[in-house]
Amino acid sequence: MSTESNPWATASDDTGAAESTASNPWGGAASTQNSDAMSMSASGTPVEQTDFSLLHPFQDVWIPLDSWIETGVSWVVTNFRPFFTAVKAPVDATLTAVDSTFNAAPPLLVIALFGLIAWQLSGRRLAIGSVVGLITLGAIGAWQESMTTLALVVTSVLFCIVLGIPTGIAMARSDRAAKVIRPILDIMQTTPAFVYLVPIVMLFGIGNVPGVIVTIIFAVAPVIRLTNLGIRQVPSDLIEAANSFGADKKQMLFKVQLPLAMPTIMAGVNQTLMLGLSMVVIASMISVGGLGLMVLRGIGRLDIGLATIGGIGIVILAVILDRMTQSLGQDARQRGTRHWYETGPIGLLLAFKK
Amino acid sequence: MVTKLEVKNLYKIFGEHPKKALKMLDKGINKDEIFKKTGQTVGVKNASLAINEGEIFVVMGLSGSGKSTLVRLLNRLIEPTQGQVLIDGHDITKVDDKELRDIRRSKISMVFQSFALMPHMNVLDNTAFGLELSGVNVQERHEKARNALAQVGLESHANSYPDELSGGMQQRVGLARALTNNPDILLMDEAFSALDPLIRTEMQDELVRLQSEHQRTVVFISHDLDEAMRIGDRIAIMQGGEVVQVGTPDDILHNPANDYVRSFFKGVDVSNVFCARDIASRSSLTLIKKDSSEGLITGLKLLNENERDYGYVIDKSQRFLGVVSTISLQDVIKNKQTLSEAIIDDIQPIAADTSIGDIISIVAHSPCAVPVVDDQQKYVGVISKARLLETLDKEASV
Ligand SMILES: Nc1ncnc2c1ncn2[C@@H]1O[C@H](COP(=O)(O)OP(=O)(O)OP(=O)(O)O)[C@@H](O)[C@H]1O
Ligand SMILES: [Mg+2]
Repeated sequence: MSTESNPWATASDDTGAAESTASNPWGGAASTQNSDAMSMSASGTPVEQTDFSLLHPFQDVWIPLDSWIETGVSWVVTNFRPFFTAVKAPVDATLTAVDSTFNAAPPLLVIALFGLIAWQLSGRRLAIGSVVGLITLGAIGAWQESMTTLALVVTSVLFCIVLGIPTGIAMARSDRAAKVIRPILDIMQTTPAFVYLVPIVMLFGIGNVPGVIVTIIFAVAPVIRLTNLGIRQVPSDLIEAANSFGADKKQMLFKVQLPLAMPTIMAGVNQTLMLGLSMVVIASMISVGGLGLMVLRGIGRLDIGLATIGGIGIVILAVILDRMTQSLGQDARQRGTRHWYETGPIGLLLAFKK
Repeated sequence: MVTKLEVKNLYKIFGEHPKKALKMLDKGINKDEIFKKTGQTVGVKNASLAINEGEIFVVMGLSGSGKSTLVRLLNRLIEPTQGQVLIDGHDITKVDDKELRDIRRSKISMVFQSFALMPHMNVLDNTAFGLELSGVNVQERHEKARNALAQVGLESHANSYPDELSGGMQQRVGLARALTNNPDILLMDEAFSALDPLIRTEMQDELVRLQSEHQRTVVFISHDLDEAMRIGDRIAIMQGGEVVQVGTPDDILHNPANDYVRSFFKGVDVSNVFCARDIASRSSLTLIKKDSSEGLITGLKLLNENERDYGYVIDKSQRFLGVVSTISLQDVIKNKQTLSEAIIDDIQPIAADTSIGDIISIVAHSPCAVPVVDDQQKYVGVISKARLLETLDKEASV
């Protein structure tokens, strides 16, 4: 890994030498990254042979958890390498495609496209807002990074939707499945984002692809939960009515449950997107590129300007994406029309054709 | 008469251990005790019914007596615990899922108290929903749906959404949705209970008309005596999950099987509480006498169209003139006489402030609902037998 993409390199250069490993929180990580991702616990407390004293009961480590984990993980890594590669492959492929599209496309085209999508999804106000926001991004010199972050978020959210909606449907259909999945989601949501990074780095290494994987894990819970909730909230008399007219399971799902749960599912997608964005930023610590890395590097070098640009970029992206997906969750009724194709640029086009 | 739908010794127990509850029922232990001891609810207990083709069969009973459960057992929306449900002699409790779906798609449709229209579909798609599930192509199903909507007078609202319609209109859509499949059997669980009385009468008339046109078998759940007597060819009365009596409205009225049944019709002395004005209903068909013409033929047509035997004639200032019947109208048309000669002399209006105690015998002996007029001879409404009974019944249950 090059110094260029390692945000901590400078930080440890500045502070590292003088201080002990214990007082430098980054020391361990930095050395780990530089040598081998597998020796994370090298800085763990050395086990010394001293007499046990009640005054200092924890001087000795009772349970050598670190070495257990170390052996466990290295065993998993060596024995399940094909599995981890298999997981990485589709993420890698999608990410590469999305990323190169965003980065290669002419900025003005991207801006125009965003404007049109925002117009379609929400209205003219958001369209103007998005265009202004994106131009600002470019103007302050964060275009490249914004597109990288956007590609990471879009890829993560795509995977979250593809994995999350079917899982949510499974949960809604079977109480047993719900019972099994719910605690897993609880763990995924309550574990601080920071903690995710450790196991992911151990299992998948560092870089953009592990960054997307960590983001998927962190952000997938809301879309699963809200898909489940949305389907379960479909009024029972409608389910009964559909049954009374002879709906089979598939028809029930696609003609009744999913359409009625759609606003709730979209609220889940919105939450997932927001969580995804925040995770992509945090994941810069495992050397994921984009706006997060800008902030991190800015902080590391005490370069307030750089950090601020990154920060502003993140805020602008967050607001645009949030507003766009929030309007997806709204009932069409609230927006005064029944069908999405009756408004926005497409509505205009269709009206024009008539 | 052909039996269309037959129920034999049907039981439904809600809960985890239906077998236990069944055994206790066999021993003659009652519903409440079983619930106390085992936590199992007896929904329907040993129901046996034979419903004829082309009849309107009303199931009545107090809240919790198992009416909804019974009607859902008929199309297996609720799985029976024990017993048989035969449609055209075919036991549907034994069929597999696929066959059950086919039966629901083609033979038996349901109308719900809560309407249960799909909020994300417009009226046309809602109406075509059953056919959509059967895999009928868009054009054909929309055409059939439009027909069904026309039958209930809602063609012009095909592109509206359910939340843009009034309750009465929504239930018409519910009815049209059930009719689109052209089912033999129509199940209606308190289909009109959520509607106001005027609309309700209108819907009842509509149901009777639609039913007679196609000789459909209708199983109609109601807790409203007026409704049951008005539309029911036969009535079944349920109590605590059991069917306690089945018969024509007259049978039940004259020979109630037990006190529970009697209590539906029981009256107390309310002579001084209500007067005729309080219970007169305006929902009857009035014919307005115009100055320009006699309007005999239009009057007759109106009566026939609404399937009424009697019409109440008023003038433009709402003054009551008299009662005509389809027969008297036909007579005067034949003899080229005037409207005033069609009026039936036997039926005299009662004054609005007459107490109920004094009108019971008048209403009971009148061939039709008795008109009520105020002191200026203005038409107030009519009191039918069912209306009167309902009032007495309500009074009794207060
Ligand atoms: N899903 C269920 N689980 C448990 N008990 C039920 C269930 N559905 C109905 N019951 C019970 O079965 C009995 C009959 O209920 P049902 O809904 O058939 O009454 P009903 O005659 O339709 O009453 P209403 O006029 O209030 O609609 C009631 O005691 C009710 O508590
Ligand atoms: Mg009920």
